Amino acid sequence: MRKKQTWYALLFASVIGLFAVANYGNDASEYITVTPTDFANEETPFDTMMRVLTHERCVNCHPNDHIPKQGDDSHPHYFGMARGTSNMGFEATRCTSCHQSENNAYSGVPGAPEWSLAPAQMYWEGLNRIEIAKSMLDPERNGGRTPEETMHHLTEHELVLWAWDPGVDASGIPREKPPVSKEDYIKAVKQWFADGHIIPSE
Amino acid sequence: MTLSLNVNGAAQTVAITDENTPLLWVIRDLLELKGTKFGCGKAACGACTLHIDGEAVRSCSYPVKLAAGKNITTIEGLGNEENPHPVQQAWIDEIVPQCGYCQPGFMMATAALLNKIPDPTDADIDRNIINVCRCGTYYRMRKAIHRAAAIQKETTPKTEE
Repeated sequence: MRKKQTWYALLFASVIGLFAVANYGNDASEYITVTPTDFANEETPFDTMMRVLTHERCVNCHPNDHIPKQGDDSHPHYFGMARGTSNMGFEATRCTSCHQSENNAYSGVPGAPEWSLAPAQMYWEGLNRIEIAKSMLDPERNGGRTPEETMHHLTEHELVLWAWDPGVDASGIPREKPPVSKEDYIKAVKQWFADGHIIPSE
Repeated sequence: MTLSLNVNGAAQTVAITDENTPLLWVIRDLLELKGTKFGCGKAACGACTLHIDGEAVRSCSYPVKLAAGKNITTIEGLGNEENPHPVQQAWIDEIVPQCGYCQPGFMMATAALLNKIPDPTDADIDRNIINVCRCGTYYRMRKAIHRAAAIQKETTPKTEE
């Protein structure tokens, strides 16, 4: 009897294993759908938005020291590159000396339309998510944008959305994307603004 | 596909299957202009630097499709033996090259710098000339850049105020 039970247990484990193998490589989406019941506390639109905006794909180009950062470890940009006078590098060696309007798979150099550093007052590096949200809504620091304009910028600008199409590095390895899908991020940003863009107190 | 390029003042037409082919390989392998060098292939060393519409660009990281209709200048178009560019003359005067491989890229970067800053300071040079020379000719290059600025100043016709 005990031997039979063991056999059934092994059979059950094998079937589960086969399901797992059959689904391995099913890359319809890199993101899984997580329902609120999976969490003790439901994630708010603000939480979702900020999981993206605090990711290095965003913060690397919002430095607090005028030096762009690179990579998942956010190291200072190689070759001494810095903001310069127009957020585009130096007089003769500009961002566009290497970065073009699209990613380059041969060299691994990333690119997107209007590739540049965020203006100095829009620094996010070193800020927590509450401070970033305050900065985003402050016309003195957001380029004079209204909340409506900020919402459009966050959800439509090609350089912002490049975060989900970051290309490959010089070794051909895909860069890490933000931890939330583009669709869920856009939905969360729009919802947060629709709800009155309230910054939670933490 | 067929692309029309303007290289060193001459119209060129190239047939290419991959429009994302780095401009470097079109310049070297299809147009047979071998002065522009392949170094790292990831826009880091600057050996492949040339000018596109007057701006210094790393051609190993520049898809040829973006060059269509633009003016491209390579080291061959900067000057020649009879009429060298101030940067080329300065490089000769200061006997800059050792192995020489990276020098065309440095000279193109320097020419672009002098177009923006005719009399660069050492700080200007440090910020803008960030190519890599494994022979370590940086000291001679700095002298040559200042010399090129002086030659350019001497040879540029003065305009009436």
